[in-house]
Amino acid sequence: MKLPSPLIHPGWLRAMHWANALAVVVLMMSGWRIYDATEFLGFAIPKALTLGGWLGGAIQWHFAAMWVLGINGLLYLAFNLASGRLFRRFFPLSPRAFLADLRAALAGRLAHADPHRYNMVQRVAYLFVMADSVLLVLSGLVLWKSVQFPLLRELLGGYETARYLHFFAMAALAGFVAVHLVMVALVPRTLLHMVRGH
Amino acid sequence: MIIQKPRPLAIQRDAVLREAVERIRQPARRDFLRRSLTLGGLSLLTGCSLVDEDSVEVALTRVSRFNDDVQGWLFDPNRLAPTYPESMITRPFPFNAYYGEDEVRQVAEESYRLEVTGQVADKRKWTLAELRALPQADQVTRHICVEGWSAIGKWGGVPFKAFLQQVGADLGARYVGFKCADDYFTSIDMPTALHPQTLLALTYDGQPLPPKYGFPMKLRMPTKLGYKNPKHIQAIFVTNTYPGGYWEDQGYNWFGGS
Repeated sequence: MKLPSPLIHPGWLRAMHWANALAVVVLMMSGWRIYDATEFLGFAIPKALTLGGWLGGAIQWHFAAMWVLGINGLLYLAFNLASGRLFRRFFPLSPRAFLADLRAALAGRLAHADPHRYNMVQRVAYLFVMADSVLLVLSGLVLWKSVQFPLLRELLGGYETARYLHFFAMAALAGFVAVHLVMVALVPRTLLHMVRGH
Repeated sequence: MIIQKPRPLAIQRDAVLREAVERIRQPARRDFLRRSLTLGGLSLLTGCSLVDEDSVEVALTRVSRFNDDVQGWLFDPNRLAPTYPESMITRPFPFNAYYGEDEVRQVAEESYRLEVTGQVADKRKWTLAELRALPQADQVTRHICVEGWSAIGKWGGVPFKAFLQQVGADLGARYVGFKCADDYFTSIDMPTALHPQTLLALTYDGQPLPPKYGFPMKLRMPTKLGYKNPKHIQAIFVTNTYPGGYWEDQGYNWFGGS
């Protein structure tokens, strides 16, 4: 009998990853519909990519999925800190190793040989997306309740600045998702790891 | 047995058509779902098919009511919205309504009477002169629109708490509702009604409220989104029965706080 290979992603992490993926898809597509209500950057996002059908519907989806992202994100950070996984998998960081790995990645020579260890590019990318998500939630909180969170509002540069931060943090997350999906397409077994755990 | 002669078909067809047109005109709650379920993209991405559309609507509405509760809990009656210097006023201040600017309602000053009903001791009607004779206050605050823009304006008028006390309103009631001359209606929670910055606004930028900003009177609340700030107010009522609102009944969040 063949023994299963050791676990790469624990069950809690996989559950949170997929809940997060769903929340991010709903938040982005409904957020694009909300953006289209004013198009404050001068362009519209095609309606076919948006969720909710009209502003009120998009807001309902957005304000439902925000709970999934917020609660899931807090649990993710808590589990990662408590289990020591955050420091084990994402640290230490080395700028020199990052540049070397980045060069190798861009040349198409970066191997995902050991799925138990993230290379420097992965570490930086995942840490970046964690920080970006925190910024998305905080700037979203300012847009939702700017009067009730005055300190947060002022830290993020005021109400209107928070709107731009929210949009550009979304764009950065969309960029991450695009690269993430390309990498999954290039190394398909990572998808199996995230589904089965090993 | 009397067999009724069927009515001429033309009249029936007319009635059916009239009813259909009426239904289209009425912004019903069903509209929200019809407009929201262009979910092709989401279904494709998640691989789910949202078969039971009603249960999706029910779930989203339930989360929206949960969001009302959370916002009510987060609302601090002593926390003030930021105020700004007059130099920061947005000029021109944007016009916004559920209709175009060419359809702005004109309310006649002489015949105007504000009705106050529901759980209040004093149900007499108010003329504009009487409202102007009450103590007034000014504020320069940010109007935040649900569509994703904001603008700073200067409003003046009667602090709403003082007015509610004046008419002997039951300040423990849950809702204050508004009916407007432009057929708009909305309702707010009592804690927001009693917030020190909630104003029964009679002026804009030091002048009587122009028609496009809601003559003769609008409710101005910097702690709530724009659609919660009714214009052309004709009637105010205090109640414990949930009154809903024009946009709220179509799916906008009821609390609508900022």
